[in-house]
Amino acid sequence: MNYQLYRTSYFVPRTSYLVLLTSYFILLTSSLLAQAPAAELVKKVKAKLDKVNDYVATGKMKTDVVFIKAPISNIKAYYKKPNKFQVKRDGGLSLLPKGGVSINISSLLLTDDYTAINAGNGTIDNLPVRIIKLLPLTETSEVVLTTLYIDEKALLIRKASTTTKDNGTYDMQLSFGKYADWGLPDKVIFSFNTKDYKLPKGVTLEYDDGSKKPELPKNKKGKVEITYSAYVINKGVSDEMIK
Amino acid sequence: MLSSSPFRGRRGFTPYLCPAVIIQHNMNSIIKVSHLSKQFKELKAVDALSFSVNEVDVYGFLGQNGAGKSTTIRMLLTLIAPTDGTIELFGYNLLSHRKEILQQVGAVIERPDLYKYLTGLENLSIFAKMSGIKLSKQQLMEQLELVGLAQRASSKVRTYSQGMKQRLGLAVALVHDPKLILLDEPTNGLDPQGIADMRNLILMLSRERKKTILVSSHLLSEIEQIANRMLIIDRGKKLVEGSVDELFHPDETIVLLETTDKIRTEAIIRQSNYSNALINVDASGIELKMSKEQVPAFTRFLIEQQVEVTGINARHTLEDYFLKITTANQHVEAYKN
Amino acid sequence: MWKLIKIEVFKIFKKPRTYIAFIAIWAIVSLIQLALYVDGQKYIDFVLSGVNDTFKVGGKIINGYFVCFIILQTLLIHVPLLVALVSADMVAGEANMGTLRLLVTKPQSRTTLLLSKFIASSVYTIALLLWIAVIGLFLSMFIFGTDGLINAKSDQIILLNANDVFWRYLCAFAFAELALITVGSLGFFFSIFAENSLGPIVATMSVIIVFTILSTLEIPLFESVKQYFFTTHMIGWKGFFEMKQTAEGDSIPGTIRNLPAVLRSAGVLLAHIVFFVGASIVVFKRKDVLS
Repeated sequence: MNYQLYRTSYFVPRTSYLVLLTSYFILLTSSLLAQAPAAELVKKVKAKLDKVNDYVATGKMKTDVVFIKAPISNIKAYYKKPNKFQVKRDGGLSLLPKGGVSINISSLLLTDDYTAINAGNGTIDNLPVRIIKLLPLTETSEVVLTTLYIDEKALLIRKASTTTKDNGTYDMQLSFGKYADWGLPDKVIFSFNTKDYKLPKGVTLEYDDGSKKPELPKNKKGKVEITYSAYVINKGVSDEMIK
Repeated sequence: MLSSSPFRGRRGFTPYLCPAVIIQHNMNSIIKVSHLSKQFKELKAVDALSFSVNEVDVYGFLGQNGAGKSTTIRMLLTLIAPTDGTIELFGYNLLSHRKEILQQVGAVIERPDLYKYLTGLENLSIFAKMSGIKLSKQQLMEQLELVGLAQRASSKVRTYSQGMKQRLGLAVALVHDPKLILLDEPTNGLDPQGIADMRNLILMLSRERKKTILVSSHLLSEIEQIANRMLIIDRGKKLVEGSVDELFHPDETIVLLETTDKIRTEAIIRQSNYSNALINVDASGIELKMSKEQVPAFTRFLIEQQVEVTGINARHTLEDYFLKITTANQHVEAYKN
Repeated sequence: MWKLIKIEVFKIFKKPRTYIAFIAIWAIVSLIQLALYVDGQKYIDFVLSGVNDTFKVGGKIINGYFVCFIILQTLLIHVPLLVALVSADMVAGEANMGTLRLLVTKPQSRTTLLLSKFIASSVYTIALLLWIAVIGLFLSMFIFGTDGLINAKSDQIILLNANDVFWRYLCAFAFAELALITVGSLGFFFSIFAENSLGPIVATMSVIIVFTILSTLEIPLFESVKQYFFTTHMIGWKGFFEMKQTAEGDSIPGTIRNLPAVLRSAGVLLAHIVFFVGASIVVFKRKDVLS
């Protein structure tokens, strides 16, 4: 039996080995030459973002969740290195998808404790993007997987998709304009899964105005859209403001 | 109490100005009731009742409890709508001139119930305003003074005694200086002094203030002492109406005689001039009808005939009549119960 | 008429029982305020259960506006009892006391008398609601501060901007007044038939409790008749705390989602008031006062 095997392998032509090996190396080098390693790209993006120590951004927030009726509101977003981020609504309450974290890109790339894996190319809004998956190395991390869609040329994250242990998957789509040099988006669309919302009518004592209730869509995706109109960058943000 | 504080000098306040000036002072008939009836489901409380009350009359309205006095008075005050018949007050139909007429009427209906959580002064003020007159605090106090309640003007009515409530009720009835006063059983629940006070007040209001007063009672003696005219009703029907003097005519005295020997006494009477006067002989004694003036001569006659009189009692026929109705009805009531 | 109204109002506010309502409201409001002050977060967690997992709530949820919303929601179920306490006493109480016969013999028409009594009882409900406004809204605003308002409905959460709430409260209070006067008119109507106030008070409350239960029960049989219960329309004040939406689904501040429905509810309540007061007058005019 062993002999048989040995014999078989022995008779594989040497040229085949060579072809296999060469093509492997060619493939490897070509990919390395054409595309920077994933980790490196992520680092570059991070470096760009690191130019921003803090900012105060003003903008408008639109909440598009089936069961939340909130007007478009003026917001102020505060950021301070390394990971302090807060969105505040002017004159009113705000319901923000859990973890302001997710809205701020810097925090996605906060630690070095991940493995970046290349996952090919794609397009977002007709722009070519590199798809990179970040896998946290720590067991305790809330984030299971983050997929980044990076505009390699501009070093901007066009889209990020984060899967968490408890809160499902969040998508974040970013559009850039004036503040692209700082890596800061003009618009962030944040989509996520929502759970059912239901309170017993006995508790709320509903006013029934007789109008027919529209059927709620089955798709339970919620969306929060923030359009930033201005950033004040690196002018200092106190801890008080961000509280 | 009332007699010591007569309503003298009470001209100080402005009487209510009646816009339609429907009330004429030379009017003779102040109340004119024709064929008045009131049916409550099964019960005919007032049955084709007609009577009239003239100006400055103190008109006694007599009947036992449940005879229909209160129902009639309530109809005079528009509290109850008549089933049939008409009521004219001051010469005008009550229902079509209700407001103007009621401005000239004051009343105490049964118990003088007032707002217990208010003071006497507040009660008086409220009802003065509701009657359409505005009195200053001083004028209101004068009113209370007249019924002897000035000292307690600021006390809550719930702390008043029955007599004080009655007096306050009267003050309320009189506060707008009405021409006609209706008093439904005004002496109910009063002590003897209170009854005397009320009697004096009624007489004073009639004689000095020239008020026309209709006063109801179930006590003949009460009416006899104050009224000049009267009406007796029973089960909603008029029994008798007329001047008190007429109704209490001396000719109509019933003499009840008790002697040691009833048979002999009866024989003596039958053989004498008094035989026509004899009306009844029974266990209680011998009953005769004669004029009041004849009674002394009759007693002398009995003595002369050596009749041993153990008791003699002369009473008005009216009283007798009234007692009969009362007892008859009481029997009915007892039977019903 | 004006004079009579003044007299009736005077009588109401001289009666000790009138103040039971004010004390009761003060007690309930204080309890709600205390509870929310001490343990408001738990209540919020309950209201926002299902949302809390996905969302982070920013801002001061437990603020004066929110507290007042809870107070109104709780109180407006119970205040009818307090309104009935006075309105159902307006005629029956006088009959019981024996003063009705005296009132009716005064040179005022029964219609005027009854209208002034009804208006006076409405003045009382206005005072009651003003009291709720003072301690439920203004005092809460003082204690808890102000911010946007969260209106948690059974299937949605409405967020109102802080500067878009106060005017809604003014409208809501006006509407609630109409609702309470409707209760008052019902109590008033029952009051005509009785010679003590307990019966009408109990009758009024029974009607409200039964109708409220029927409106709240989600049973198809009652769903169809629900629109005919005045209690369904009594909570119309909540309609002021919803916003219109653009075609894109954006809520528009400063708007009311279904104003015609709220106005229709107000109309229904007004019609009830007119009916009950009208019926009271018709019955009372023919009534023999035997008390």
